[in-house]
Amino acid sequence: MTTPVSSWGRYPGASHTSSRAPEWKRELIDEVQRHENVLAHGLGRSYGDVCLNDGAAVIRTHRFSHLLSFDRVQGIFRAESGLSIAEMLSVTIPAGWFTPVTPGTKYVTIGGAVANDVHGKNHHKVGTIGCHVRAFELVRSDGSVVLCSPSENTALFRATIGGMGLTGIITWVELQLVPIASRMIEEESIKAKSLEEVVELTEEADADWDYTVSWIDVMATGNSLGKGILLRGRFAQTPDGSLMRPQPKPIVTVPFDGPTWLLSKPTIAMFNALWYNKQLKRSQRRMVDVEPFFYPLDAVGNWNRLYGKRGMLQYQCVIPTDGGVAVMKSIINALQQGRASSFLAVVKKFGSVESPGLMSFPKPGLTLTLDMPNIGKQLFDALDRCDDIVASVGGRVYAAKDARVRGDKFIGMYPHYAEFIQHIDPHFSSSFWRRIHNT
Amino acid sequence: MTNQKSIAIIGATSAIAHGVAKLYAKENARFALVARNEQNLAVVAQDLHARSASYVSTHVSDLKDPSLHDGIVDYVVGDLGAVDIVILAHGLLKEQADIDHDADATMEIFAVNATSMISLAHRFGCALEKQGSGSLVGLSSVAGERGRRVLYAYGSAKSAVTAFLSGMRGRYLPLGINVLTVLPGPVDTPMTSGRKLPLMASVDEVAIDIKNAIDSRKHVLYTPGFWRIIMAILRAIPEGIFQRAKF
Repeated sequence: MTTPVSSWGRYPGASHTSSRAPEWKRELIDEVQRHENVLAHGLGRSYGDVCLNDGAAVIRTHRFSHLLSFDRVQGIFRAESGLSIAEMLSVTIPAGWFTPVTPGTKYVTIGGAVANDVHGKNHHKVGTIGCHVRAFELVRSDGSVVLCSPSENTALFRATIGGMGLTGIITWVELQLVPIASRMIEEESIKAKSLEEVVELTEEADADWDYTVSWIDVMATGNSLGKGILLRGRFAQTPDGSLMRPQPKPIVTVPFDGPTWLLSKPTIAMFNALWYNKQLKRSQRRMVDVEPFFYPLDAVGNWNRLYGKRGMLQYQCVIPTDGGVAVMKSIINALQQGRASSFLAVVKKFGSVESPGLMSFPKPGLTLTLDMPNIGKQLFDALDRCDDIVASVGGRVYAAKDARVRGDKFIGMYPHYAEFIQHIDPHFSSSFWRRIHNT
Repeated sequence: MTNQKSIAIIGATSAIAHGVAKLYAKENARFALVARNEQNLAVVAQDLHARSASYVSTHVSDLKDPSLHDGIVDYVVGDLGAVDIVILAHGLLKEQADIDHDADATMEIFAVNATSMISLAHRFGCALEKQGSGSLVGLSSVAGERGRRVLYAYGSAKSAVTAFLSGMRGRYLPLGINVLTVLPGPVDTPMTSGRKLPLMASVDEVAIDIKNAIDSRKHVLYTPGFWRIIMAILRAIPEGIFQRAKF
C-alpha cells in the first residue's frame, strides 16, 4: 500500500508508485537505488509540487531523523535530514541555541530547509539557511556518498542548497546555530497606512532589528492599497530562565476540509479588515514567546484544510529594489483584477547576504507572499501576468511556493540554471521539475 | 545533575523504546543499549548523547538466542552498576496472512516476542532481585488481550508476555521491585508502516505515557488510555460473535 503524499497547498495532486519511510541510513540508500525515478519528501510543507513526484516514487524522510551530534559550547548541530526544526529547537533552545534561519513553520525537515534554501524574518541580516550550513552528506543514485561543505565538493554543495532535492538525497546536515539568552522576543508592531509607509518603516527597522516582516492587506484599494502592520523583533538579551520552558503544542487541529465559502472573497476581506483594526494604537510593544512570534500558524494544526478540497495557491516573488513599491502595486492590481483574494500578504525586504545556493530564491529587494484559495483559471491567468511583471524587472518566483509558473519564465529568472542542471542526479526528478521542462 | 537514572534498553533501536529513551536523555540519564543491528544501534547512541544523556554504551546481540541472554544481563550490570530501569522492547511483527501457511515463521514470531522476552524478563528479574530495587518494563500489546484471526501469532506471543509479567509483578511486589506491563494500541512506527490501522497513536504520545507510568511505578499501562476501555469491551464479547466480527 502506498501512503498518499501531498503538498501543503494540496494542489496539484500526485499519485506515487511508492512512498516508503525508511528509518535507517542503509534502508534509505537501498530505497534510493530501488527506484528509476525518485525524490525525497520531508513533511510536505512546500506549497506546490517541488515535493511531489507524480507517477514515480518518493522517499518520506520524517522517520530518518536522529540527532548525530550537538556541541553545546560551539552551537554546532548535526542531525539526519528528516529531523524537523520543531524537534531540533526542543533540544537546542534549552541549551541556549536557536536556528540561524527559520521559515514561518517549524514543521519542516532540515533536509527540506536546505533543499529549498529557506529564508526568514532575519534575511536582511544573515541571508538564507544555506549561509549557515557547515556541511551535509549527499547520497547519489550511483551509490556515491559525498561530503559537501563550503570547502569540499563545493560544486555539489552549491547545487544542493536550493537544489529542490534534485541532486540526490541529503542524509545529514550540520548547522551553525546562534546563541540566545532567552526564548522571549521583544516585539514591536507598527501600523502603516500605505505600502509606501510599510516599505519606509521596513527600511528604518532593518538597521536595528534582527527580525522584521510586514503583513499587508492586498484587498484594500486606492490610497490604502497595501496598508499593513510591520512587526519587528529581537531576542531578549538578558537571561530570564525561560529557556527551559516547554514548547507549546498545537492548540486546535482542523479535522476536515472546509467548505468553499469559508475562505472566499468576502470572508477573507472581512478578516483582513478586522485584523488591521484590532491594533488601535499606531505602535505596540510586548514580549512574546518564540512560538507566536515565528510560528503563529503552527498553533492551528492542518490549517491548510480550511481552504477545502480545491486547495490553495501560494505566490512568492522578489522584486529587485529599484522602484519596488510601484512594481509591487502593479502585481497587487493584477491580482485584484483576476478577482483573487488573499489573506494578509507578507512583505519583507531581502538583504544582500548572498547564498551559496545556485538556485537560491532570494536576491536583494522586496519580497511579496500571498495565500489564495484556488479559484481556477482566472487566478492562474492573473498569476501569469504577475510572472510577466516580475520577470520584466529581473525578479524571481520561489519554487517552494509554486504550482503553476511556466518553465521558460522560471528558467529565465535563475541565472545559474545551466550550471545547476549539470549536477542533477539522473534518477531524481519531481513533478515541479518535469512541469518546468514541459511548459 | 544528581540522581541520574541508569537505564538498560533491550531492543534499543525500536521506535517506542527510542522515544522513551529520548525523554530520559533530557534528564541526563545513563544508558546501556542492546540491539541486533550494530549500525542502527550506534545511531541511537549518538542521538541520545546529543540529547544530553550523560553516558551511553552499546552491546550488539541477537536477542532471539536465549543462550546469549546471561551475557546481556552481565553486560548491563557490569556496565551500569546499579540499574534503575530495564526496558524490554524488542519485537517482530509479520502480516498474519503471510504466515497462515508457514509454521516456521509463526514459531519465529513466538521466539522473538514471547520466548526471548520471557527469558530476558526472568533473568533481569533475578538481577534486580539481587540488587533489591529497580523497575522492569515489558512492552507487550493490546493484541495479546484476545486472539484475533488477523494477528494471532503476534497476539498469542504478547499474551504469554502479559501473563508472565503479571505473575512476576506479584512475585516482586513485596521486594520493592516494580514490574510494568505496557499495552500499546497500534503505534505509527516502522514496524506498523504501510498498515492501515484504526486509532493509530504517535510514538511521542506513547513514549510520554510510558515514562510517566515508569516514574509513578504503575503496574499496567494501556496507551493511549482509551484502549483500556476498548479492550474491556472486546474481552466481554462472546467468542462465537467475536470471531465472526471483522476486527
